[in-house]
Amino acid sequence: MAEGIKEVSDLSFDADVLKSDKPVLVDFWAPWCGPCRAVAPVVEELAKEMADKVAFAKMNVDENPLTPGKFGIRAIPTFIVFKDGKVVDQVTGKVPKTALSQAIEKAL
Amino acid sequence: MESSYDCIIIGAGPAGLTAGIYTARARLKVLLLEKFAPGGQIQVSDLVENYPGFPEGISGAELMERMAEQAKRFELPIESSEVVSVDFSGPLKKIVLPDRQLTARTIIVATGAQPRQLGVPGENVFTGKGVSFCATCDGPFYRGKSVAAVGGGDSAVQESIFLTRFVDRVYVIHRRNELRAARILQERALANPKITFVWDSVVTEIKGDNDVNAVTVKNVKTGEVSDLAVSGCFIWVGTVPNTGFLGDSLAKNKAGFLITDQRMQTSVPGVFAAGDVRETVLRQVSTAVGDGAIAAFCAEQYVEAGK
Repeated sequence: MAEGIKEVSDLSFDADVLKSDKPVLVDFWAPWCGPCRAVAPVVEELAKEMADKVAFAKMNVDENPLTPGKFGIRAIPTFIVFKDGKVVDQVTGKVPKTALSQAIEKAL
Repeated sequence: MESSYDCIIIGAGPAGLTAGIYTARARLKVLLLEKFAPGGQIQVSDLVENYPGFPEGISGAELMERMAEQAKRFELPIESSEVVSVDFSGPLKKIVLPDRQLTARTIIVATGAQPRQLGVPGENVFTGKGVSFCATCDGPFYRGKSVAAVGGGDSAVQESIFLTRFVDRVYVIHRRNELRAARILQERALANPKITFVWDSVVTEIKGDNDVNAVTVKNVKTGEVSDLAVSGCFIWVGTVPNTGFLGDSLAKNKAGFLITDQRMQTSVPGVFAAGDVRETVLRQVSTAVGDGAIAAFCAEQYVEAGK
């Protein structure tokens, strides 16, 4: 697993994301999803650059069906920024790095 | 600040990465610009079976990771940036990025294409909520459900077969009564018990509340209209070229694809095009790679001739 990015599950989502002190960007992905693999390095770069302000997490939607369902996710990659347990912004697809950093900025 | 290059390649799919490998090995001063992450359209394909050298097939994502890796080995600089506009009127071609302007003696346009939309009511509203252009991205959210797949080419058939891993039923809706896809794919699809073909038919509307729950299907021969209950609608009806940033700088055919000669040169000397963005009879990874190599070779010749 990439440095600075925490793997979260349906079970740990509440504690790791919703009750986090810092805003969290969650990358909903799956191993068979090409675009998810393509954006992974971009997310890793951001995690290094913004580690002091934001926590980064990723959830494998193949192994964790409950959380994606709860947030109405029907397409991946989907990135959701959470702050104080609430959704601040949501971005879907193979998007440029700036789109992700802009989404994160909204929580800062 | 203005930087000048021998060659700027726009787009990091198979055509652009191949052109990058060739120009880097030719020791041109080259830069590859990519709006998203490298990979191109093929990245969404679960299995590429017709690109030689991979007897068992390879996923589009892995194939493109390997191409990017190969380009890195030859120290091809890849920058994540979007081209806003171009000016090809002078001997030095100008490329405008959001933060600065670049110039180059040659340009290789390898920006590819993107999925064509059906252009029917409901399509935009439900994109990401049941309307999809990527089976490997979204297929597993339809586990145990029924979905529609529109189209009859290689992509439609290959991806429909992939969808049957998850869904109970795929209705392949095609406007003709036979498929365009490669025979081997047709055979597999026709033998797949989870695939039902809806021939001579087009989708005229995608319906739903929060998510898709039906598509309206019209038989083009009988004129009969009916609703088909589905949770998703996957669309593979061809592509449109990514040329918006070019304005009217290069000659295009009626469908908007860039016209080139056999050297991959466009209507402007020193500006080349390669891959799916080009007017061509076949759009595959193998043809894009060939285009990229020719474009790079001819760009190098153009640079040398100008010295």
